[in-house]
Amino acid sequence: MTQMNLVQAINSGLRDAMRQNEDVLLMGEDIGRLGGVFRVTQGLQEEFGPERVLDTPLSETGIIGTAIGMALYGLRPISEIQFADFIYPGFDQLVNEAAKYRYRTAGEFHVPMVVRTPYGGGIRGGQYHSQSPESLFIHTAGLKVVCPSNPYDAKGLLIQSILDEDPVVFFEPKRVYRAIKMEVPDAPYTVPLSEAQVVRAGEHVTCVAWGAMLYEAFAAAEEVAKQGVDVEVIDLRTLWPLDIEAIVSSVKKTGRIVVVHEAPRTCGFGSELVTLVTEQAFLHLEAPPARVTGFDTPFPLTHEREYLPLAHRIAPVLIGTARY
Amino acid sequence: MQVIRDDGSLDPKLDPGLSIDRVVALYKAMVRTRVIDDRLQKIQRQGRIAFHVGSLGEEAAIIGSAAALRDRDWVVPCYREVGALLWRGYPLQKYIDHMYGNAGDPLRGRQMPDHTFSKVHRYLSVSAPIGTQIPQAVGLAMAAKKRGQDECVGVFFGDGATSSNDFHAAMNFAGVYRAPVLFLCRNNGYAISLRTEDQTAVRTLAEKAAAYRVPASRIDGNDVLAVWRAVREGVQRASEGGGPSFIELMTYRLGGHSTSDDPRIYRKQEEVDAWRRADPLLRLRKHIEQEDVWTDDLDADWLSVCEAEVKACVQRAEQKPPSELRDLFTDVYEAQPWHLREQETQCLEGPRAKDEEDES
Repeated sequence: MTQMNLVQAINSGLRDAMRQNEDVLLMGEDIGRLGGVFRVTQGLQEEFGPERVLDTPLSETGIIGTAIGMALYGLRPISEIQFADFIYPGFDQLVNEAAKYRYRTAGEFHVPMVVRTPYGGGIRGGQYHSQSPESLFIHTAGLKVVCPSNPYDAKGLLIQSILDEDPVVFFEPKRVYRAIKMEVPDAPYTVPLSEAQVVRAGEHVTCVAWGAMLYEAFAAAEEVAKQGVDVEVIDLRTLWPLDIEAIVSSVKKTGRIVVVHEAPRTCGFGSELVTLVTEQAFLHLEAPPARVTGFDTPFPLTHEREYLPLAHRIAPVLIGTARY
Repeated sequence: MQVIRDDGSLDPKLDPGLSIDRVVALYKAMVRTRVIDDRLQKIQRQGRIAFHVGSLGEEAAIIGSAAALRDRDWVVPCYREVGALLWRGYPLQKYIDHMYGNAGDPLRGRQMPDHTFSKVHRYLSVSAPIGTQIPQAVGLAMAAKKRGQDECVGVFFGDGATSSNDFHAAMNFAGVYRAPVLFLCRNNGYAISLRTEDQTAVRTLAEKAAAYRVPASRIDGNDVLAVWRAVREGVQRASEGGGPSFIELMTYRLGGHSTSDDPRIYRKQEEVDAWRRADPLLRLRKHIEQEDVWTDDLDADWLSVCEAEVKACVQRAEQKPPSELRDLFTDVYEAQPWHLREQETQCLEGPRAKDEEDES
């Protein structure tokens, strides 16, 4: 066990996966000599060489498109897209190619690859270093979408994603990268995909969050606890395929749900979560399902702390939902 | 580059030295491809299949390339290259079943006609968006190189694809990583309706390769031996660690872009007629007749063999039931998640759509 932050835990997960399997290789912009703009891949090119840690030309299409070819051949490529905001040039390769290859060849070919990318706001990154585009990928049949909130889960989910036979988009909450530390095993381990975790048990309201906003949901839950509102906080960890059981069983207990995410509200993942809960636990609901989200604007700079669904915006919604 | 002269003789300086049996085999494969094309075009017009995208006039570029690649090399198709897949021994019945989306379709009715693939034949899957296969081919080649395998990748695309993002990304990666890949650009004159000279300001597509330091050649794509020679040279270069090659195969799309197209709107009949005289089958036939290994009788026999084969496959395909409805819900992921299980049940237990004919 070592105290690690999120960056160190992901680095440790990559290193373990590469030591375990010669077929695992990394590709992305500035990930080799520099160790990545966030230093997530620091030291890996020294250990594994430029043949396995590729400093690629500046093209997301190329990074994802060639990784698909490698995966089709039988390697286990991990592409880093420097910021989730830059993923769109590779969007077609991910959405039309990686996601659909298994289906369009009836399972004869498949694409076991991971696309890692830092997402989210709160680092004064403005509209092109702050986006949370997860719902675009959740909407795409054939992709898995993972978003850890803490170092332990990050390492375990990453190793599991690399082992997975389907393409995984792995969103890393950059706001959390160096914000917290926790005990992380030095040896490899996995955290299963599609299993949410209750991080705070409660009786009155279910609050679902992931990534960086998990901490805001948790802080808001602690805040409203002082006013007698007991919130159950669920960390989704894998966004898709979803652990629907965890959410529905919690809502059947609390009768109330609040979903928190940074992405814009309209057609954000909260829309789907609220719909699923309404369909599957309608008779248990005691209050309208609620969403606390980013606004339907591009991500701002100066007022990013008003745009983000931070604890100050979540707490009143938790109270309002609890007392409805 | 031209090896087979217009009079059917070979340029002795460029003759790649294939055995005459091999040359006849190339001719027979080209004829077979054309017979299949003709039949599919007809049955599409009769409304028996939904769509077909053929290779009329481009058989030499496709078959010549396929023949010059080694069995261990990979073919990454655009969508006109089923001739290359058949050359590798893919069963015709499977292809025709696919054209019908019936129970024998290896794709289980999930894609439009002419979206074939085969792992055992090292032939990747077809995707309709243009150029997307090119970076994948480069990645495949990089992977083979990483594993230390002497395998290279031939990736087909048309003139239009050289305008796509994916093409430029792929060429750049191939140049940087010296990937053992052959860029096989069928310049057939048109991207649907857009002429090549309106697609790009450069005079030849091969010029684009220079920007990525990829060696390029421009050859007569209607000359199967010139194609064979250029592609084999590229295979040699890749195999010896020399990296990628770009080969511009100058040819002409004698048919429409697909069965959904009417080329009369955008090109003159005289232009098509001129290219008909440059038909790659005619030139190769002239050559093998000169070599005294082919005659009118042999030609007629081979045509009827091919026609009978296609006809039988079509008949069998039409007797097979459609692909299974439940196949809609498999192969999205390795294991089926709960939401697809739920949707499968809803679909299978729900009401069925009427046939389109019943609605009109």
